Amino acid sequence: MAALLLSAPAVAGWEPTKPVEIVVAAGAGGASDQMARMMQAAIQKNNLMKQPMVVSLKGGASGAEALMYMKSSEGDPNKVLIAYSLIYMLPLSAKIPFNWRELTPVSVIALDQFVLWDNSAGPKKVKEFVEAAKAASSPFKMGGTGSKREDHVLTVFLEQKTGAKFSYLPYKSGGEAATQLVGNHTESNVNNPSENLEVWRAGQVRPLCVFDKERISYTAKVTDTQSWADIPTCKEEGVDIQYLMLRAMFLPGKVTPEQQAFYVELFHKVTQTAEYREYMEKQALKPIFLTGKDMVQFLEEDDATNKALMTEAGFVAK
Amino acid sequence: MEAFGLLLHGFAVLLTWKTLVLMVVGLVLGIFVGVLPGLGGPNGVAILLPLTFTMDPTSAIVMLSCIYWGALFGGAITSILFNIPGEAWSVATTFDGYPMAQQGRAAEALTAAFTSSFIGSLVAVLLITFLAPMISSFALKFGPPEFFAVYLLTFCSFVGLGREAKHKTVISMSLGLLLAGVGMDTVSGQLRMTFGSAELLRGINFLVAVIGLFGISEILLTMEERLALRGHAASISLRVVLSVWKDLPKYWVTLLRSSFIGCWLGITPGGAIAASFMGYNLAKRFAKDPASFGKGRIEGVFAPETAAHASGTSALLPMLALGIPGSGTAAILLGGLMVWGLNPGPLLFVEHKDFVWGLIASMYLGNVVGLVLVLTTVPIFASILRVPFAAVAPMIVVSCAIGAYAIQNAMFDIWLMLGFGVVGYVFKKIGIPLAPFTLALVLGNRAEDAFRLSMIGSGGDLKVFWSNGLVGSITTLAILLLFWPVIDGLLARVGWTRRTSATSR
Repeated sequence: MAALLLSAPAVAGWEPTKPVEIVVAAGAGGASDQMARMMQAAIQKNNLMKQPMVVSLKGGASGAEALMYMKSSEGDPNKVLIAYSLIYMLPLSAKIPFNWRELTPVSVIALDQFVLWDNSAGPKKVKEFVEAAKAASSPFKMGGTGSKREDHVLTVFLEQKTGAKFSYLPYKSGGEAATQLVGNHTESNVNNPSENLEVWRAGQVRPLCVFDKERISYTAKVTDTQSWADIPTCKEEGVDIQYLMLRAMFLPGKVTPEQQAFYVELFHKVTQTAEYREYMEKQALKPIFLTGKDMVQFLEEDDATNKALMTEAGFVAK
Repeated sequence: MEAFGLLLHGFAVLLTWKTLVLMVVGLVLGIFVGVLPGLGGPNGVAILLPLTFTMDPTSAIVMLSCIYWGALFGGAITSILFNIPGEAWSVATTFDGYPMAQQGRAAEALTAAFTSSFIGSLVAVLLITFLAPMISSFALKFGPPEFFAVYLLTFCSFVGLGREAKHKTVISMSLGLLLAGVGMDTVSGQLRMTFGSAELLRGINFLVAVIGLFGISEILLTMEERLALRGHAASISLRVVLSVWKDLPKYWVTLLRSSFIGCWLGITPGGAIAASFMGYNLAKRFAKDPASFGKGRIEGVFAPETAAHASGTSALLPMLALGIPGSGTAAILLGGLMVWGLNPGPLLFVEHKDFVWGLIASMYLGNVVGLVLVLTTVPIFASILRVPFAAVAPMIVVSCAIGAYAIQNAMFDIWLMLGFGVVGYVFKKIGIPLAPFTLALVLGNRAEDAFRLSMIGSGGDLKVFWSNGLVGSITTLAILLLFWPVIDGLLARVGWTRRTSATSR
């Protein structure tokens, strides 16, 4: 711990002088919120920063609140955004005057998975699930977060690949989508692992398949019988849809290179902590650390992918 | 006794020096805003809310709810000493409290007010303690139709049971609903009524609106009315306190009745104001010598204060368990909960046990600490009223502006707050109630989302609101309440006809 403290000033000439706000562009209990709280705890417990870190929930207007908040905080180095695919999608679907290139990229810290879940009383396999959905008199209800966003896009592609019809119900957060599935108010959702973890462990929902080209690597048992690695990929189950979502940190625009460097170093240290590693495994995230040119290149490519998906799903506002 | 164990756990969460200090600070601030005419519970809580954003949720809610208890206590001080109700729900306390002060029995009246406040809250907290765990087991039965039914119930009961003219309540509520629509629409993912402005993207923050509607408008009104403050000196000796307490058992019927009225009105959105009047009126109606009320009768202090506190406290139960605020202040606390990342609703009791039981434990502790605090600090608070209004008003305006700015760090919100101040002033002048407006602003979006999700799920079939016993009975109750004045009128006519026919025979 002392070593960490000593090494900090040597790398970064600048340090925050007031509490740092970590801005969450989603509702309470969602994946972004949980991740922000993990980082807050990792930073405090390991003394990575002298100033405290506070989580600031700005999930209003489907996360647009957080984006505009960051945009209007130009030059303020005490705010970091924990961003996800909404930075590409929201400007397309709702014509929000926002461009991630106006913010200062710090680092990509994880990639998040999407899993198709149903109620534990529902069908056990993707095939049975699709058949049941096709046979149902009224379309299956698919819960998700927000409208015309990643969950909604996945639902549209699920419809295209399987021919089944779904009614997509946009909730305010992944946590809400999870409890609504447990209460049988929806038949399925495409939550991130972290959003459904607790209800999966409680035996209330069942993971059907993961939207990635390979299985999740974590083999430790999560429930009594299953680990993350036991969930088949959707491709294995005959539904070839792949989607991964970035989790990345951004500062507002027009901060100094020293300030940027401080946070690059800070989040690099966060990825070295036990808290981060535990969290990655528990929530079945893919660890990754990209910064500088690599990050910008990744963002440009990811932006193009998301734009293509949104266009194909017909969610781009004219 | 699951509740009892959880409650003990709550006390354990609470009993740290930091929390206790916050509690005392909150109570003192609360008494302060309660004593100041024109400020008061909802405004005090709204203005001080951003201060708590950096705290953990438990500390924050403890402090805010203590401001709330403090305001409830403080409201009685000015009513009795100066005949100025610091709070709307203390109006009924002035009827007998002020005459008592004039007869030199101020200490007695104050003790009676504080003690009955304490009893009212205690009864309500007991109710919360034992009902809350039952409510949380409802958790998973709530889907979009159920949520919408509950919101509908709230809106309808405001219209049907409110004391204001129905059309004015509806006007106020509709305006609130309209403004709630500004910003991003979650269901379609589109922007509405933002007119290309980035400032309006966030929607209209209801806290900004509340600070303007209540705080600024009240200052405007007070300026206009040139409120003169004149009062009686008061101090409380232990002897008086004990003699009032000794007589307490004599009034158990009044206390019990008022507690019951308070709890009932607190849980249904009638609010503390209605409860205090109802408590007073019923005590008067059932008294052997109703004529002695209004001339300095101690029961006339017991009755409204008990009811006001019981309803003020029990208003927190529907807020926590269903996400539906029973009073204006509860509505602001609800906003606070969401800011701190807690989703009020049935699952709050499952997912955030520490928080919920910490809060409930703080109701017990806060009330005990509050009682001691008010009994010892009356002379100090009474002296606030000797500060000229000209000096207090600017401070209030500045604190309102800071509060509005701090919510989203936006200068635009200060202009919005001032705009709402004018709206509030006009509304008060033409007698349009502000509470339905605020309620619609808080719940409008959720109600709309719940309705539209229900419609997506059912394929546009309205029968979904009667699809099971739970949602069906809530919806039916909502509609009954909406037309309650009509139904009540019909019942009264039937009763009236029966009575006249009986007498004519």
